[in-house]
Amino acid sequence: MLEVIIFSLLNGILYGLLLFMLSSGLTLIFSMMGVLNFAHASFYMLGAYFAYSLGMHIGFWPSLILAPILVAVVGALVERFGLRRVHVNGHVAELLFTFGLAYVIDEVVRLIWGTVPVAYMAPASLQQPLFNLFGVEYSMFRGVAMLIAILMFVALWFLLKKTRVGMMIRAALTHGEMVGHLGHNVPRLFMCVFGFGCALAGLAGVIGGPLLTTEPGMAATLGPIVFVVVVVGGMGSLPGAFYASLLIGLLQTFFVAIDASIGDILNGIGMNVDPYGEVTGITLANLAPMTPFILLVLILIFRPRGLMGELEP
Amino acid sequence: MNDLTAVAPRQSRFSWRGLAPWVISLVVLMVIPLLVSSGTAFTLLNLIAINIVFALSYNMLLGQGGMLSFGHAVFFGLGSYAAMHVMNLIDDASYAGEGFWAHFPVLGLPLVGMLAGGLAALIVGWPFCRRAGTAFAMITLGLGELAAAAGQMFPSVFGGEAGVVSNRMVGPQWFGLELAQSADVYWFMAFWLFVAVLGMWAFTRTPLGRLSNAVRDNAERLQFIGYQPRNVRFMVFIASGAFGGLAGAMAAVNFEIITPESLGLVPSGLALLMAAVGGLGVFYGPIVGAIVVTLMNSLLSDYTDASILYVGLIFLAIVMFAPRGLGGGIEQVRVAWRDGELARRLPGWLSGAVAVLLFAAGLTVLVELLFQWRHGQDELAQVLGMNFDPRLPWGWLAMVVFFAAGVLVKRATNKLREDNA
Repeated sequence: MLEVIIFSLLNGILYGLLLFMLSSGLTLIFSMMGVLNFAHASFYMLGAYFAYSLGMHIGFWPSLILAPILVAVVGALVERFGLRRVHVNGHVAELLFTFGLAYVIDEVVRLIWGTVPVAYMAPASLQQPLFNLFGVEYSMFRGVAMLIAILMFVALWFLLKKTRVGMMIRAALTHGEMVGHLGHNVPRLFMCVFGFGCALAGLAGVIGGPLLTTEPGMAATLGPIVFVVVVVGGMGSLPGAFYASLLIGLLQTFFVAIDASIGDILNGIGMNVDPYGEVTGITLANLAPMTPFILLVLILIFRPRGLMGELEP
Repeated sequence: MNDLTAVAPRQSRFSWRGLAPWVISLVVLMVIPLLVSSGTAFTLLNLIAINIVFALSYNMLLGQGGMLSFGHAVFFGLGSYAAMHVMNLIDDASYAGEGFWAHFPVLGLPLVGMLAGGLAALIVGWPFCRRAGTAFAMITLGLGELAAAAGQMFPSVFGGEAGVVSNRMVGPQWFGLELAQSADVYWFMAFWLFVAVLGMWAFTRTPLGRLSNAVRDNAERLQFIGYQPRNVRFMVFIASGAFGGLAGAMAAVNFEIITPESLGLVPSGLALLMAAVGGLGVFYGPIVGAIVVTLMNSLLSDYTDASILYVGLIFLAIVMFAPRGLGGGIEQVRVAWRDGELARRLPGWLSGAVAVLLFAAGLTVLVELLFQWRHGQDELAQVLGMNFDPRLPWGWLAMVVFFAAGVLVKRATNKLREDNA
């Protein structure tokens, strides 16, 4: 039991950190445009595929840097030549644009890399166990992934809170026009923020690709969960996104690990039900993929501004 | 308002002009079976009819109510499931030869779907409709994912992965419709298509339909006048869910099978795609969109494996360059025709169309080259006579030429339009 708890905790935190790498970029972009970027998970997928293709030629470590940069370039181009055009037509048009973009990126990935999963693996040097607990190995790659994620957050925090550029970004998010009047090129700043957010998603793809699977459906599986994180955390709130990521990561991982059905739980609290019935026989592991969405619906009904959001969406 | 005489007496809205589109579409629906005879053509026509109702019911939310939904397929799917189960009930009852369902015709199933869709919207809708905008989009996304996951979880209702199957040739036959061939089913589809479109058009003419436009444009102001935006949204949500369920029941009769996947994000996205391609601002926009997208989906997929990519690219192009959609374009031409300005504006539009075609040609060459490079020859490339070898520069050169020509024509178009303006 203890090993299940410890490993679920570790895996849940890692999954949560991965979610935060995606949701932090999405939150930044949301605070900037006021619209959720529907294609954000597609940039995550691009990161994984770029790292896979680059990795075959230059190895894992250089592609860890290069793949997110490539994704950032793609993101910046999309902002410059796509979103900026659509912006004048309002929020719905922007959302529709990112929705269509997600379609197109998914299909381009299918076109170039095929419909079956590609063999994107962690480098051999990272595949040996980091430590051994209760006879279960914890791979080095998971440890490194966690380290990369934590380093990224420190860097993100430092960038936003301690540097001049970060100050400009924070100012532009809330008082874009004023920053423009002061002589800064706000559209270019926004393009950079969009690219940076996409780079964060790309980095998540580089380390998420080997952890999960690198396949054309990976954006569609993770995308909705990332939206849930952003809404549950409170739109536009980075700390909120952080707590919501960890919450959902842990919730999903623990639900998968617990081998009990609804009937077992009801029987445990003294009700006498059939543990194999259609409703009561559903195990918590079956419910795991639904937990984010149940949470989303509950949050939007009872606390529409999210955990730490200041405004209602 | 005490002095009622101050209000101008309401004039009868009836006019032959307003009736014309309905008469024409009725005639078209009647004439089509005389022109086509192949089963595949009827299959396609039936699919188009379903998608028209689906896209129009979606546009009640997005185009008219300003509510961007990513979960509309939930109501489509639930209507479909309800119709499916009732079809099985009819089967059982007519086998026994007694009971209410033994006298229920399959022709009436869309009413069951409508009831189911509307009821589902009534049950879940109230908490959703508090806000429009991103909150509504996200909560409907969650609803869609939940429903799709729940569909896998309750096999006795949703049939698990295999779905629920049924047989439409049961119960009493009305009007001699046997519903055996897809040509037979066409009459079923044509009838319900006409009724549903008429119903949804009538809805836009009711005070509630007008209020839904008001809540889209300025909810705060509407609240100030004394209407609750939430109530208006809720009622529109129910109506839209009901018509979505009607489309679902049409699909149930057409396919005789329904799986939980039809509740998920992919079909919801299709509704959004069709409505946006056709144009959200015009009533008949989604009809145009449904026809174009359905035709493209089924015709292109015969020739190329990249059909979804082409549809996605067209969607992106419309969002970027023609935000009012195909229907908006038609409306523009119609208005110019009415004002007698068509001759002046036509050259600009035609040369714009040439630019679009050149860009499309360039993109097609690019996609086909990519496809050939990764997977070998695509059938579409053969049909179009493109036998480029991706290792040689000619194909890539042709692509660049198309794009460059497109840019030049676009510039010339802009100049032409400026001169004419």
